[in-house]
Amino acid sequence: MTWQLFELLLQASLMTIFVSVTSILLGLAFAIGLSAMRMSGLGPLVWFARIFISFFRGVPLLVQLLLIFNLLPAIGISLSSLTTALIGLSLCTAAYQAENLRGGFEGVPRGLIESAEMAGLSPVQSFIWIRTPIALRLTFPALVNEAILILKSSSLVSVVGMIELTKMAQNLAASTYMPLPIFASAGLIYLAINWIVAIAGRRAEAALPGLPAK
Amino acid sequence: MTQPAISVRNVSKRFGDTLVLKDINLEVPRGQVSCLIGPSGSGKSTLLRCMAFLEEASAGMIEIEGEALGFSEKDGKRRRQTAAELRRTRSKIGMVFQQFNLWPHMTALGNVSMALRRVRGLGRKEAEARAMAQLVKVGLEARAGHYPSQLSGGQQQRVAIARALALEPTIMLFDEPTSALDPELTGEVLNVMRALADEGMTMVVVTHEIGFAASVGNNVCFLDHGQLLFHDTPETVFAAPRHPRLEQFLDTYLDRGAQMLR
Ligand SMILES: Nc1ncnc2c1ncn2[C@@H]1O[C@H](COP(=O)(O)OP(=O)(O)OP(=O)(O)O)[C@@H](O)[C@H]1O
Ligand SMILES: [Mg+2]
Repeated sequence: MTWQLFELLLQASLMTIFVSVTSILLGLAFAIGLSAMRMSGLGPLVWFARIFISFFRGVPLLVQLLLIFNLLPAIGISLSSLTTALIGLSLCTAAYQAENLRGGFEGVPRGLIESAEMAGLSPVQSFIWIRTPIALRLTFPALVNEAILILKSSSLVSVVGMIELTKMAQNLAASTYMPLPIFASAGLIYLAINWIVAIAGRRAEAALPGLPAK
Repeated sequence: MTQPAISVRNVSKRFGDTLVLKDINLEVPRGQVSCLIGPSGSGKSTLLRCMAFLEEASAGMIEIEGEALGFSEKDGKRRRQTAAELRRTRSKIGMVFQQFNLWPHMTALGNVSMALRRVRGLGRKEAEARAMAQLVKVGLEARAGHYPSQLSGGQQQRVAIARALALEPTIMLFDEPTSALDPELTGEVLNVMRALADEGMTMVVVTHEIGFAASVGNNVCFLDHGQLLFHDTPETVFAAPRHPRLEQFLDTYLDRGAQMLR
């Protein structure tokens, strides 16, 4: 195991981090949108959100990625590996995050929504300025958890041609015939990244302003 | 006769099978403090919440300064108002809740300036200047940057009052504003309310603070089992309670006070 090999792994881990962070953030935005649809009370939107969420939670991510990778070109849309990976990962995490957020939105005390109503906020304003921030605050630990899961799941995007940490490790193992140290190093890098995410998450959790009373 | 601030006409409210408000008729005069008292479960909160349309009356009409609230009446039929109509009438009302209901992710200043920015469309500077003026009024300018979790209950309730006042309502509704507070913190909130009353604000206060009702209230309404049994000046109500239910209520109230002394 040489420094050069390790450096190649580190470089590939940057792709892992980029894909994961982008997907988490995109997924969060989608998840908020899905929550809004689900709470809109408008039949078609509610159903769309429900079906979306059960599909992406029910079908393995690997299958989703392969579907997107093969389906879109078949209908004439050609996407790069990176775009495909980002779409797959972010839609999948959106479904899980929407499910997490459901608990958060349900946990917003009714009185806080009533005080927003009395302050003249429209339902949409109340959703944006009051309910969503509080729901996010309530489910923040679940969000950190999801970030760690996505970092690990991102290894699956190699099936659509992305070279990230796991794929790089596989390639190097095949060409150097040193699978053990290389996979051990890759594992350590994942561990280190997730350890940092967990610590940063705990710090952020402590720094966020208080939860609603009760 | 001048137009009342709030007029409640034949309002009934049922939750499922239980009739919680029974044909309430009440006129809240402008510039006065009206206190709503009554035993637990008698419907005080429900009536107050109907006055803000947080609860929809099952029957009857409520008018705010002559304008229908929530429902409009046409040919004897009630029609649900549009959201915009409701918001316009409601903008005359400020509401203070028992549990304060401050938004926990915003500072005191953020809570008070929120609607000025998002609803009134003021710029950040202007909104915060006005919000700060309200915080000064309730004596909390030094706590402007604190989050609700960093404030005592009494301070939170004063911020909640400032938040309501920032929108310049003509009527303020209070639902047991001091019941969630430690006894030593009720005074600071009652003082703010007393000052507000002195300025001539129209106030409706659901309260168990008989002392406040007697000294600040201009009139006292006694609710019992969803019926408005009594509506008079505090002198009449407290000095010579004539209705047996009112007498009983005041007795238990005084008993409770006496027991606390033991
Ligand atoms: N959302 C609701 N659904 C069903 N019943 C309700 C609801 N809100 C209130 N009630 C019932 O209506 C009655 C009146 O309640 P309300 O809260 O108005 O009483 P209150 O006079 O404010 O009592 P307290 O002094 O305890 O606050 C009670 O019997 C209560 O259980
Ligand atoms: Mg009550």
